[in-house]
Amino acid sequence: MKRFSRDDMARRVAQDIPEGAYVNLGIGLPTMVANHLDKSRDIFLHSENGILGMGPAPAAGEEDEDVINAGKQPVTLLTGGSYFHHGDSFAMMRGGHLDICVLGAFQVSVQGDLANWHTGAPDAIPAVGGAMDLAIGAKSVYVMMDHQTKAGESKIVQACTYPLTGIGCVNRIYTDLAVMDVTPNGLIVRDIAEGLSLQELEKLTGVALIAG
Amino acid sequence: MASAVADIHDGATIMIGGFGNAGMPRALIDALIEQGARDLTIVNNNAGNGDKGLAALLAAGRVRKIICSFPRQTDSHVFDGLYRSGKIELELTPQGNLAERIRAAGAGIGGFFSPTGYGTLLAEGKETRLINGRHYVLESPIHADYALIKALKADRWGNLVYRKAARNFGPIMAMAAKCTIAQVDEVVALGELDPEVIITPGIFVKRVVQSEGEKK
Repeated sequence: MKRFSRDDMARRVAQDIPEGAYVNLGIGLPTMVANHLDKSRDIFLHSENGILGMGPAPAAGEEDEDVINAGKQPVTLLTGGSYFHHGDSFAMMRGGHLDICVLGAFQVSVQGDLANWHTGAPDAIPAVGGAMDLAIGAKSVYVMMDHQTKAGESKIVQACTYPLTGIGCVNRIYTDLAVMDVTPNGLIVRDIAEGLSLQELEKLTGVALIAG
Repeated sequence: MASAVADIHDGATIMIGGFGNAGMPRALIDALIEQGARDLTIVNNNAGNGDKGLAALLAAGRVRKIICSFPRQTDSHVFDGLYRSGKIELELTPQGNLAERIRAAGAGIGGFFSPTGYGTLLAEGKETRLINGRHYVLESPIHADYALIKALKADRWGNLVYRKAARNFGPIMAMAAKCTIAQVDEVVALGELDPEVIITPGIFVKRVVQSEGEKK
């Protein structure tokens, strides 16, 4: 079996984003999607701290501490981009103006419930940021994550055991083993790693899967 | 700078602008540390980065409670230590609800129903309502005694323009506090700010202070 690499996953997500889309890329793995967007197409990246038309990282020495992304890393503004305050930025999410957001996750359930902000461990310091706003706000929510934990447990579950970020909000899941759509009938497999059968994938996932 | 924060009392609720260090009014925070007010409730997106600014205020032991969305970061060691030893209270709120609660206070709204957080730990115990088939959670406004914010330029009437993404919480915090104090790089004459591009009208700003050495 040949797992999808992180770049494979990011390239696949990038291909699925249509021209003209307003998109928010979450911290971590989703940030990699930006590296694979076709520069000849207009795609508008939103950053929760008040940027539309966010561009790539600046050249060394060109960093501006007032132009950062949600992960507080230096970024740039594309020609035509804009700045706005936090009230407007989250109205873009909550008001359903963003077409797509791409988030990381600890767990996703077959109903599309998302858990990605808190492990629930007693000594953990909780931090939520904009995760809950994105989960319920964007028209389509895509999750990018490893299919299994380091211990080999499936991160796709019948019901989330970690604290929820949002209920029934995930539309599509991209993992290192498959691409799946969340539907009222269950998870439909749209793509699968080379050399892996649907039966083998289902066994690793631990929930029923539907051939796409 | 010192006179701008001189009347801040013990137990005050203070909004502090900024997203991480972008837009953080560091000179005002340093003046507040010097001034000595304690038992404060702080409203900010984060809970301090590194050892300066908000982190220094926390380290000085002046903060009883913080209302924020994202305290835990790679460089939030000051907050982490206080939280783990039970020396600071945390009210965690989703970032969009935080922004809208601040905006609601400034706009005279008594509360609002938000879909964010429904069915999660952060909505536990809160009133919910089903509106047109969608679930919402009742959220309350956050009022403050003071807002300390950073802007690029101000004029004598308190009109403000900001710099790039350092704007973040500034405009809504300015509206939500009884007394808003703006730290700016430059104070300009009336008429120098184009009325079409003023972001925060002076009605929301009580005091303007030019920070030393920041005029570019």
